Amino acid sequence: MSQKSIYQEVILDHNRKPRNYGTLEHPTHHATGHNPLCGDRIDLDIDMQDGHIEKIAFRGESCAICKASSSMMTGVVKGKTQQEAEAMIQEFREMLISKEEKNFDHLNRLRVLAGIRDLPTRVKCAILPWHTLHAALNSTEGATTENDDHLNNELVVNNH
Amino acid sequence: MKIVDPLVASVAEQETAIDVERIRADFPILATKVGDKPLVYLDNAASSQMPQAVIDRLVRYQKTQHANIHRAVHHLSDIATQEYEEARRKLQHFIGAREDREVIFTSGTTDSINLVMHGYGRKFIQSGDEIILSELEHHSNIVPWQMLAEEKNIRIRVAPINDQGEILVEEYEKLFNENTRFVALSHVSNAMGTINPIKRMIAIAHQHDVPVLVDGAQAAPHLKVDVQELDCDFYVFSAHKMCGPTGVGILYGKAHLLEAMQPYKGGGDMIASVSFEKTTYNELPYKFEAGTPPIAAAIGFGAAIDYLEQIDLDVIAAYEHELLIYATEQIKMIPGVKIIGNSASKVAVISFVIDGVHPHDVGTLLNQDGVAVRTGHHCAQPIMQHFNVAATSRASFSFYNTKKEIDTLVAGIRSVQKVFV
Repeated sequence: MSQKSIYQEVILDHNRKPRNYGTLEHPTHHATGHNPLCGDRIDLDIDMQDGHIEKIAFRGESCAICKASSSMMTGVVKGKTQQEAEAMIQEFREMLISKEEKNFDHLNRLRVLAGIRDLPTRVKCAILPWHTLHAALNSTEGATTENDDHLNNELVVNNH
Repeated sequence: MKIVDPLVASVAEQETAIDVERIRADFPILATKVGDKPLVYLDNAASSQMPQAVIDRLVRYQKTQHANIHRAVHHLSDIATQEYEEARRKLQHFIGAREDREVIFTSGTTDSINLVMHGYGRKFIQSGDEIILSELEHHSNIVPWQMLAEEKNIRIRVAPINDQGEILVEEYEKLFNENTRFVALSHVSNAMGTINPIKRMIAIAHQHDVPVLVDGAQAAPHLKVDVQELDCDFYVFSAHKMCGPTGVGILYGKAHLLEAMQPYKGGGDMIASVSFEKTTYNELPYKFEAGTPPIAAAIGFGAAIDYLEQIDLDVIAAYEHELLIYATEQIKMIPGVKIIGNSASKVAVISFVIDGVHPHDVGTLLNQDGVAVRTGHHCAQPIMQHFNVAATSRASFSFYNTKKEIDTLVAGIRSVQKVFV
């Protein structure tokens, strides 16, 4: 995928009109994700009911790729169990960093972000919201700093 | 062409005394394609490119002269030592130092600042003392002083900047008191290109008997520097921003200060004699050059100095200023684009933000047109905070850039805006 096609209409649309943008009044889970290299920061609120993500919202300042990834992520994980969401985090991550040719058809619309694999410096932008989701879902353990060694960057994610 | 500043106009109207196409031919990397587009390299403030003369010098050293220096008596070691010391003398003359022993080879600007922090700061600055920095420092000239401040309970005071990106010299002067022991200032801001009135600021510090370290990483490639005229106590810069290799830089220090300082690293050439009871340190400059130094890189640095001097720093400064004026005018004409830092006195660096577009998206999209700019906070987060932006895009020009390349940048900015409309 060429770099130009990264900024295709779907991504630009999510950047312009991010879905689930804002805050939840009584979130059961929350995390903040921060990429100190570029200053991107997102806050994620989740309301878990009966083991399912009932509501989810994000807010923050970020680039188009991070914002589109956040927006699409909140759309696809709504209604999922924690386990299902964790599986999606793993698969999404794999789609962006895997060296192997694999079929990611089951990720459906998230595949528009697959081309970012060709832009290693931007992979962290797309992955930040997913790290933040993982931190929020695991908020029982208190604040954590998570480094994705594979990306060799410093996405700092705190849950509280 | 509308020019506001008369000083700027007089420089811009000068004949271009540079044959840019001939110069570009000296830089093989400038023929690189990015996809199917010619490379437009506008990230010179991060690292500049290397001319063939410097590449050839590195190759010649590795092919015919390589050995460790100082220790052996054999032929190659003798040659390597002479060439390494010759490079030191080139640097000495380049900055107008009194003696070659005032020029210490380090691994770069950051290493030089750390050397002064450890060697001077830890010895002479104590609890309750104060250090003055400015708001436009980059992290390398903030963090080492913060480390010292934390260790010794020292207060750091920060000279503020105005919205043009200029240090408020009167406010800077007010920061001095009987506890002030050290000042560390950039000659030129890496994020905005502001040229500080450094000579005046040094004189103010000296009125209070306070020594000054000048971070010249962004100045030495673009301006003629004379450390004696400036009367700075320390001056630091790196080779890789001035057509030389990475991994080598300079600490200039006044000899009496360097002599009074503690060595920063132990081992190798910094030692005169060692027993388990006592070690005697070597004389300057070797006292601060522990271990095997970056010999090839230092010799390459010398070749880069030869190259720049053969073009002439004044000619380079005048041409780069012409590029700055042209780029500033072109970028200012684009609605929705704001230049961060508009000092009347600047080197050819333009930091800008595009309404509604994150700088990283700007950088990725400009790359499609072959244009290399830096995006981010430029390791100068206090400046970003001052202007209330998370990051900027920064185009920084060198004497091998052209107005046509600036046109490509400007067209690129316009097409970024189209994508995000």
